[in-house]
Amino acid sequence: MLAVDDLTVRFGDTVAVDRVTLHVGDGEVVGVLGPSGSGKSTLLRAIAGLETPAGGRVSRDGTDLQGLAPHQRELGLMFQDHQLFPHRDVLGNTIFGLRMRQVPRRDAEARARAVLELVGLAGFEHRSVDELSGGEQQRVALARALAPEPRLLMLDEPLGSLDRRLRERLLDELRDLFTRLHLSVLFVTHDHDEAFALAERVAVMHAGRLEQTGAPREVWSHPATAFVARFVGWNLTTALGDEMVAVRPDALHLAPEGPLVGRVVGQSFRRDHQRLRVALDHNGDVLDVTVPHDALLPDVGEVVRLTADPGGVRTLPPERPDAG
Amino acid sequence: MTRLAARVRRVALVAVPLGFFGLFFAYPVGSILARGLAPGGHVDLGPVGRVLTDASLRGIAWFTVWQAALSTLLTVLIALPGAYVVSRFRFPGRGLVRAAIVIPFVLPTVVVGSAFLALGFRPSLGAIVVAHVFFNYAVVVRIVGGFWSHLDPQQDDAARVLGASRLRAFRTVVLPALRPALLGAAAIVFLFTFTSFGVILILGGPTRSTLETEIYRQTAELLNLRTAAALSVVQVTAVAAVLVVVGRAEGRHRVALRLRSARDTARRARTGLERLFVGTNLVVMAALLGAPLVVLLARSFATTGGPGFGFYDALGHLHANSVLFVPPVDAIRNSLVFAGEATVIAVGIGGLAAVAVARGRRGRFLDGALALPLGVSAVTVGFGFLIALDKAPLDLRTSSLLIPIAQGTVAVPFVVRTIVPVLRSIDPRLREAAMTLGASPARVWREVDGPIVARAGLVAAGFAFAISLGEFGATVFLARPNTQTLPVVIFRLLGQPGELNFGAAMAASTILMALTGAAVLLIDRVRVARVF
Repeated sequence: MLAVDDLTVRFGDTVAVDRVTLHVGDGEVVGVLGPSGSGKSTLLRAIAGLETPAGGRVSRDGTDLQGLAPHQRELGLMFQDHQLFPHRDVLGNTIFGLRMRQVPRRDAEARARAVLELVGLAGFEHRSVDELSGGEQQRVALARALAPEPRLLMLDEPLGSLDRRLRERLLDELRDLFTRLHLSVLFVTHDHDEAFALAERVAVMHAGRLEQTGAPREVWSHPATAFVARFVGWNLTTALGDEMVAVRPDALHLAPEGPLVGRVVGQSFRRDHQRLRVALDHNGDVLDVTVPHDALLPDVGEVVRLTADPGGVRTLPPERPDAG
Repeated sequence: MTRLAARVRRVALVAVPLGFFGLFFAYPVGSILARGLAPGGHVDLGPVGRVLTDASLRGIAWFTVWQAALSTLLTVLIALPGAYVVSRFRFPGRGLVRAAIVIPFVLPTVVVGSAFLALGFRPSLGAIVVAHVFFNYAVVVRIVGGFWSHLDPQQDDAARVLGASRLRAFRTVVLPALRPALLGAAAIVFLFTFTSFGVILILGGPTRSTLETEIYRQTAELLNLRTAAALSVVQVTAVAAVLVVVGRAEGRHRVALRLRSARDTARRARTGLERLFVGTNLVVMAALLGAPLVVLLARSFATTGGPGFGFYDALGHLHANSVLFVPPVDAIRNSLVFAGEATVIAVGIGGLAAVAVARGRRGRFLDGALALPLGVSAVTVGFGFLIALDKAPLDLRTSSLLIPIAQGTVAVPFVVRTIVPVLRSIDPRLREAAMTLGASPARVWREVDGPIVARAGLVAAGFAFAISLGEFGATVFLARPNTQTLPVVIFRLLGQPGELNFGAAMAASTILMALTGAAVLLIDRVRVARVF
């Protein structure tokens, strides 16, 4: 479907996207996960033709897209802040892409109405986009991107600006929609929960490069680099041996005879679990420790001992020197 | 569309407005400067020197400066509480008040002058200053108030919580934040009052002149073009100096501010004191801004035999009078035709310029060039037309387009300033969104920029029409007996003795006020799309 090979995008001296290779199969949902500033939005923009790459290749079904203007690429892009047209109503926004493709008015309108129904906005056709809530605007943006049936749908932080409850609901809806329509999707997000829940394959991006690509389960259980491990929530420490290892918070347990000694420096309640922050006496490393939600927590300042499940400990290759 | 065509279009976008401006602004004004600085082809600062040493001309220059300074100070002092009330308090009829206070600003200066005569003011310094406050009140309220309503009131609260008194919080938190807007507004008021023409001519009487009115007198009455040119040089230099100083000061005081949407910064007056404050300001606005217009209206109907349309009837047959060669009724038609043509010119040229300013790399330069006419007085422009556009191939003296072109030139900066912010506020990603949906660059322009700009263009057209309708400084130079406009006729009528002439001037002013008011109300009906 989509093949990105060795793609590089520069802004002056900064390399925003650094030799990225990424493929999206037919009907596959791929999520690019990375902190803000890692170059993931630039990657989407370069694929859409909105940025000019300094090197590499973008092709769709074997056709090189190089030299095609954004409007000729037949890719859908949903912007982070929606970018709905303020001077058109909901239907006017949704039908826009179909009009650009010279679809006859009657067919275009039927199609736009069908898509609006699909995203749960039937009856909103003639509402002004200004008076919609954030979630509704997000649905209009989605409908607008879906209506022309793009070969590939790209979404930039699809749930970024929404509140938590709405995010969780839309997350489920999006996943259903993707499978139902058998869409090829490439989305970017800074939220690992969102990436893991939505994507069949996750690519973790850091400082312009892809650090690891794989199924969500694989990325979570076998982080390939220290950056990936830290980004998805693992602890990094040298307290378990000579070299740096990564330890999953849920692989650490409070145990009276445990080999690791430390002092509790913080605790918080997280709904389905609790979290302790423990500073190790050995070298001062602070570790996150997951504790069952109903366990009695030691007080801040108390000395505790910890053990680590061997299954939750990973030895990692040294970090890239230029990665900050 | 080929690359060549795109290039041609881009060049035309800059070249057409720049060409218009070169021809109808830089060339005429430059001709005056040349005449003043280098009469006979070689530089001779003699006339300028004479202007600066001549005691009576120096007196005029000095009076120009201090009446402007006094007017500016008073306007700011009176309008600042008004700006606060309009931007920070919610009260019934707030929208109406905000719209209504703009009306004096777009009123023709001649109408403002007559309104204060109708109110019983004798020509005096006091009359000039009060009329200037009336005229510029909206400038301060709109610029400062507009900015104020975007300031976060919580900043104020934070200072109060930290122990500052109400006054202290204002002085230490609000005032520094407002300073750029305050300076900007004061600068505009100073420039307007410095180059004020109609108001001074009517309310200054024969003994008080400013540089602006003196340029007119030297040209039109004494036919002393060299002195007039030298005076123009002095005036343009002073205006440029003020612009530079203010530009520097504004830059220095600009601070990064957390701006908020205006919607959530206003609240109802809560305490009795606050209600009194809001009420007092509303009364001041009504008295200052409303009274002159109401009295003008009343005087236009107050014939000697009781209320009636006598003065309006007189407009149809006063042409027997030697100063008016055509009946004033014809002037109404002239005014409407010229203002219509000027609007087409201003919106056409200004629209192209606005697109070039908002998009092009050379936009900043063009932006600066187009702002110049705001600082150069209309009298200088009119005078420049007179001495520069009288030779082949540009002999426009007898062209019926001469007045519309001059009025259009004066209105262009307002058009540019109305459209550019709207164009700039269109998020480039909105265009990108259209692109990814399959719109070609030309289509993006038609589908996204076009509809959004069209409404701003309509508003700009309304302003251009109102400004052209009331334009006096340039038109008074260029109007021939058969091409007189309403403001010119009003001025001539006011210069004639007799109850009938005065009443007819009031009637003509009322008609002009109604026409301008209608244009402004139409503008207010058009909502500019919210694009951010």
